[in-house]
Amino acid sequence: MSTSQTAAFVRKDMLPPKDPPTSQAGLVKWLRENLFASWLNTVLTLASLFVIYLLVTHFYPWFRHSVWNANSIAECRTAIAATWGEGATGACWAMLRERWHQFIFGFYPPELYWRPIAVFLGLLLAVAPVLFTQLPRQMLLFSLTYPLLAIWLLWGGSAWPVIMIAAGFGIGYLALRILGDISAILAVVVAIVAPVLFWLFAVGPLDEVLTKVIPLAIEPVASDRFGGFLLAITIGAGGIALSLPLGIILALGRQSNMFLIKSFSVMFIEFIRGVPLITLLFVASLLLNYFLPPGTNFDIILRVMILVTMFAAAYIAEVIRGGLAALPRGQYEAADALGLDYWKAQRLIILPQALKISIPGIVSTFIGMFKDTTLVTFVGLFDPLKGIPDFIRADFNWKGIYWEPFVFVGAIFFILNFSMSRYAMYLERKLKRDHR
Amino acid sequence: MTSASDAPEQGFRLSQLIYDTRYRSLTIQVVTFILVMAGAAWLVDNTIQNLNQLGKDFNFGFLSNRAGYDIGQQLIPYTNDNTHARALLVGLLNTLWVSILGCAAATVLGIFVGVLRLSHNWLVARLMTFYVEMFRNIPVLLWILVCLALLTEITPSPNAYKINPETGESAVSMLLFDSIALTNRYTAIPAIEFSNSLGAIDTAFAPISLNFLLIAVVLIVSIWANRRLQAHAHKVQDDTGVRPVTWWKSLLILFGPLLVVLVALGFHLVSPTLKGFNFTGGVNVSNAFVALWLGLTLYTAAFIAEIVRAGIMAISKGQTEASFALGLRPNRTMKLVILPQALRVIIPPLISQYLNLTKNSSLAIAVGYMDLRGTLGGITLNQTGRELEAILLMMLIYLAISLTISGLMNIYNKSVKLKER
Repeated sequence: MSTSQTAAFVRKDMLPPKDPPTSQAGLVKWLRENLFASWLNTVLTLASLFVIYLLVTHFYPWFRHSVWNANSIAECRTAIAATWGEGATGACWAMLRERWHQFIFGFYPPELYWRPIAVFLGLLLAVAPVLFTQLPRQMLLFSLTYPLLAIWLLWGGSAWPVIMIAAGFGIGYLALRILGDISAILAVVVAIVAPVLFWLFAVGPLDEVLTKVIPLAIEPVASDRFGGFLLAITIGAGGIALSLPLGIILALGRQSNMFLIKSFSVMFIEFIRGVPLITLLFVASLLLNYFLPPGTNFDIILRVMILVTMFAAAYIAEVIRGGLAALPRGQYEAADALGLDYWKAQRLIILPQALKISIPGIVSTFIGMFKDTTLVTFVGLFDPLKGIPDFIRADFNWKGIYWEPFVFVGAIFFILNFSMSRYAMYLERKLKRDHR
Repeated sequence: MTSASDAPEQGFRLSQLIYDTRYRSLTIQVVTFILVMAGAAWLVDNTIQNLNQLGKDFNFGFLSNRAGYDIGQQLIPYTNDNTHARALLVGLLNTLWVSILGCAAATVLGIFVGVLRLSHNWLVARLMTFYVEMFRNIPVLLWILVCLALLTEITPSPNAYKINPETGESAVSMLLFDSIALTNRYTAIPAIEFSNSLGAIDTAFAPISLNFLLIAVVLIVSIWANRRLQAHAHKVQDDTGVRPVTWWKSLLILFGPLLVVLVALGFHLVSPTLKGFNFTGGVNVSNAFVALWLGLTLYTAAFIAEIVRAGIMAISKGQTEASFALGLRPNRTMKLVILPQALRVIIPPLISQYLNLTKNSSLAIAVGYMDLRGTLGGITLNQTGRELEAILLMMLIYLAISLTISGLMNIYNKSVKLKER
């Protein structure tokens, strides 16, 4: 055999790769894998398509037949019948056009709408540095002063009581700074006692004098003018801000080695968690008058907010307890070994980790609480879900309008809560430190 | 030479109460105790003063007075001549009834949705995500109100089911082989009847139907017998390595006696029929109940779906692969490997969902279903003017329900918990 004999055929150039078969590429492949992988999957797909078809055929015409310009539901119906034929149903958004301000602000005086709007924008500004750590830390100063500013803007009246409350906190802080070097325990005691004494005894006379000298006041707005989302967000945001610190303290109390502290915390948490929020709201509206000194009668929104805060705090305490329990024992021991005292260990080592683990739970508690603010309708407040729509339906023009308020209010709740849960997921990802 | 010296002996100094960690906790506890007790005393004192001022006293005697109001939905016999205590009991049973039915339905729906959300089917998974997000992010009150509005606004009046003599057809037709009729006032469903009824025992509390008692006893005995059968099969398997075939014996033991009893009692369903203006023959369930139950079920099911999904996802893929490697078939893998582990993750949050549903059932106030809040915390409170007693009692009852549920479920949780050694 001579080596000159060439092989029958040797390809010199590469063939271009062939396209995969049509059943293995592109849309067809995706469809086969994701929708029609097996006969069961096919059945499920068809069933889903049927459900979607039902949803669309029921709701789309209703949205499509929307009427935006009308003065009553009867006008809406006539307009829909005129355009789309007899028997057609459609959304009557004209109601929103006329009444949107009640959904948002309740019965807040229209000429003062700038105040809740300013408070809401302020809320965004105050919350931003807390939510996003990239922002300058100086903004936190505004976040600290914001609650008092918001209270003053929303309820109006003289600014002095609010300034006095702030001054009380200032006194406490000063006491902590000045006495802190001398004796830590003395400083803490004075920092708690001095502001309380100041609020109890000095505020009344001081307020009187100052109001006479410089009457720093804006028009007051009574609590019964609050309603709609203004009310829901006020109670929700107030409750959230107050319940987190209270919840942390309760959780630490429940994990404490001290028997009495632990029992009190357990009793409080289990009692609150064992009863429905409605009963607590009834306590706020009916029983709080019994529990307080005779003649005391303070604002219903404040009363509701106190009870809602207690309610949320108990749930948050349980969530944080889960986070505390999930920390390895070694973390506590390491903190002790470093010679940190209880509060330093909690602040520097335990809580940052425990809170990180509990973030999803904390946010879902907040979402739950924000949803639960709608229950205030049962103690006579005008929540956006039932109070305001019932009020609107009481008007003869809008009698029998059911679905539009549900859709509108539901959509706003959905947007707010959904974004809260997405933020929680973002935070969870950001704070994740392990590399598994 | 140095000898180890003892710690300097010193007497107890007062400052040790604050600076010595051995005594500090005692100080803190005593201070807390005094503060809490002082707070409690202050509240009680205020309450006594306020009650005196109003000329009221604190006693629960009103519970034995005549109630004087009617309750639409009742599980035990009740008339307006009964006492407030009886009304309370009716309300409590209504609360429990809607809670139990709600928990059961929410669990079934939740598991279904949770599993489907993990499906490889793109469309189904998206649809279920949509459902879960919709229901989780919108207040349950809205869903209850929507259900009520759907039932009262969309459904026809009972009259619409009347058969037109000319055409021989009615304007709307009943569902499920003419057995369920949705109307704007109630939902008519079939009633269970026994042609050879054994009657009932009349107790002061409520008449107990002997038929249902018999069925319950038979069921319990069947389940017990089935467990004996399974235990025997296990033993045989352990001894010989071959598991006897039990499935048909199980089926026979579980359903045979039940069928015999049902046939003997003449068990049958009576469909509701339109007589005059209303449906009779079946059971007319008020729309308030249906709306509350449906709203609570749909809402809670979304949460349970997430719990189930998280539970299944928490079991690592290695477990499935390991069990396949051992030669277990997929259904055995699910039953013996995945589920026992997933249940451990699922049960604790599931308990709190059951508790939430029970507490949310107090939203009955929105639809007018007479639950505990509607009777004791509603009409009784308003009629007797005893807010303090009524609300405290109501809170205690809810607390007792919650603690019972969590206690029972914790026992179950212990039985499935990982036994660490």
